[in-house]
Amino acid sequence: MMWLSPSESEALSLSLSVAARSVALSLPLGILAAWVLTRRRYFGHTLLDAFVHLPMVLPPVMVGYLLLLLFGTRGPIGSWLQRTFGVELIFSRNGAALATAVMSFPLMVRAMRISLENVDRGLEDAARTLGAGAFDRFATITLPLMLPGVLAGAITAFSAALGEFGAVITFVSNIPGETRTLPLALYTALQTPGGNDAAARLAVISFLLGLSGLMLSEWFARRVRRLLGR
Amino acid sequence: MLSVAVNKVRGSFSLDAAFELPTPGVVALFGRSGSGKSTLINLIAGLLDADAGRVALDDLVWLDTGRRLNVPAERRRIGYVFQDARLFPHLSVAGNLRYGERRAPAGGYVSLDTVVGLLGLGSLMERRTHQLSGGERQRVAIGRALLSQPKLLLLDEPLASLDTARREEVLPYLENLRDQLAVPMVYVSHDFDEVSRLATHIVLVEQGRTIAQGGVGEMSLNEDLRSIIGADAVGAIIDGTVLGVDESSGLTRVSAGRGELKVRAPHLAAGATLRLQLLARDLIVATQPPQHLSVRNSLSGVVASLDRDDDDSELIAIDIGGTLIMARVTTAAVRDLRLAPGLPVWALVKSVSLRSHSFAAPPATSSARPGA
Repeated sequence: MMWLSPSESEALSLSLSVAARSVALSLPLGILAAWVLTRRRYFGHTLLDAFVHLPMVLPPVMVGYLLLLLFGTRGPIGSWLQRTFGVELIFSRNGAALATAVMSFPLMVRAMRISLENVDRGLEDAARTLGAGAFDRFATITLPLMLPGVLAGAITAFSAALGEFGAVITFVSNIPGETRTLPLALYTALQTPGGNDAAARLAVISFLLGLSGLMLSEWFARRVRRLLGR
Repeated sequence: MLSVAVNKVRGSFSLDAAFELPTPGVVALFGRSGSGKSTLINLIAGLLDADAGRVALDDLVWLDTGRRLNVPAERRRIGYVFQDARLFPHLSVAGNLRYGERRAPAGGYVSLDTVVGLLGLGSLMERRTHQLSGGERQRVAIGRALLSQPKLLLLDEPLASLDTARREEVLPYLENLRDQLAVPMVYVSHDFDEVSRLATHIVLVEQGRTIAQGGVGEMSLNEDLRSIIGADAVGAIIDGTVLGVDESSGLTRVSAGRGELKVRAPHLAAGATLRLQLLARDLIVATQPPQHLSVRNSLSGVVASLDRDDDDSELIAIDIGGTLIMARVTTAAVRDLRLAPGLPVWALVKSVSLRSHSFAAPPATSSARPGA
C-alpha cells in the first residue's frame, strides 16, 4: 500500500486483525445460537431471540457503554477476567474485537438460521438410522449442509466488524495502533485540520473492503450451493 | 422372529398395531395411504417414541416400555430406506455408502463389494447424488442402509416416487436382496403388485390397526385385502415348485396343489420355487373334466366356500389339494351349475402371471443388471 501513510496502513491492518478476532470469537457462538433458536422450542425462546437481535436496534454507543459496565476494570466480568487470566479488554484490540463481535452477532446468526432452516431434518433422521449419534449427526450432516449460511454469516460479520464505530470508540476508545480501526481513523482524520486527503483514502479503502466482502460472500455461497447440487 | 406390538396416539390419530414375522422373511405392511403404515415403521425404527409397546427381534429387544427400555434409533441397527431416498447431498455416492459402513461394528455380514455388485452401483460411485436418476437414488439408498449391517431392514414405499419403468428397474434388485441376504425386511407399500412380488408375509393395516396377517398365499384370499386391491386384482398367489420342462411345448412345469401348471418362465432348476398368481377373473369353473378347449391349464379340486363378491358375481374358493385358489363366477352360473361346498370342480386357467422369478432360489444370472 504505497499511497497510504504508515498510520493509515496501521489502521487498515489493525481493522483486519480486529475483524478476524471478532469472527473467531462469534463464529462458534453464532452456530450455537442459530441451532438453539432454530431447533429448540422452550420457555424463554422469544426472549433469547430478541436478546440476540438487540444490538441491531440499540444505539451502538449504548452497547459500548454496556460493555464498559460489564467488561471494564471494575465491571463484574472485566474484573474477574483480570484476576483470573490477567486479561484486560478495555483499551485493547481484543476489547475492540469483543465490541464488533457483539454488534455483528445478529447479522451472523440471521444468515446461519436461514441456512439451517433449509436443512432437511429427514437427512438427520437418515443419519440416525445409520448409527450417527447427536453430535456426530450435527458435525457430519447438519453443519456441512448449513455451510453456505455459516460462510455468508462469517463474511458479513467480518465486513460489518471492519466498519463498527460507536461501540468500539465507547468501549475501547481511540488509541492509535491499538484500537484505532479504519472508521475511527477516518473520523480522526476528519477532525484534524488538513486531513481531507487522508479521510478520502481511508474512505476508498473502507468502500473496497466492504464491496469485496459482500462479493466474496456471494461467490462462496454460489460455489457451495453448486457443490450441494442446488 | 420379529415381534412388534406398539401403541401411539398423535392428535386425533391413534395407532395400535401388532404383528409377527418369522425370519428370515419379508413382511409387507399393506394398506391404503394414510392407514398408519409409515408411523408404524417409524416406531420400529425408533424415530418416533411409542406410548407403550414392545419391539424385538428374537432376543434382541429394542423397545419394551414395560421394562422402561427404549434403545435410541442410532443404536438399534435397523436399516431404513426412505421413500425419498434421503441421500446426503454433500457426499458422493461412495461417501453415502460408506457413511453407514463406518459406523457399523467391524466384521459385518455384507461388504461394500457385495452391495455394489448386488445393486449394480459400480459405475455410480464417484457421482454426486443430484446426478442420479430416481431409480439409481433408491438403489444407493438401499445399499447405504445395507452397509450399516442392519439386523432388520425397513423400506418405506421405496418405489412409490418412481414411474413404472424405474420401478421395474429397481424391483429385481430388491428380489436379489431378499433371496441372497438373510436380513429380515419390513416393506411398506400400498401397491399390491410390489407386495405380491416381494413379500413372504402380509400385514394389513387400516386406520392404525393391524387387521389381518399371514403368509402371502393365505392372505391373497383375505376378504379385507380384496376390498383394498379391487376386484380385478383379486386372485390366489401360489408358491409352486418347479418340476421340470415340458418337452413338447418348452414350458416350465410347476406344481400347484395336487396338480400342475405349464407356464412360460425362465428355465429354473427343478426344485426351485416359482410364485404364480391366478387372478379370479382368469379362471373358468367346470363341473366336468374339460375337453375340446383351447385352454391348456386346468386344476381339479373341490369347492371350499362361496363368497358374495358383488351384485351379480360370487367368488368360489377351490381346494386343489391343501391349497386354495379363487374364481369369480356369475351368480347365474352358480345357480345353474349348483355350485356348493364339497362339489368336485375343474378350474380352467386362462392365464398365469409370474410374480417372482427367483423366489427363494437364486437364479444363475442374479448378478446381471436388469435395468441396464
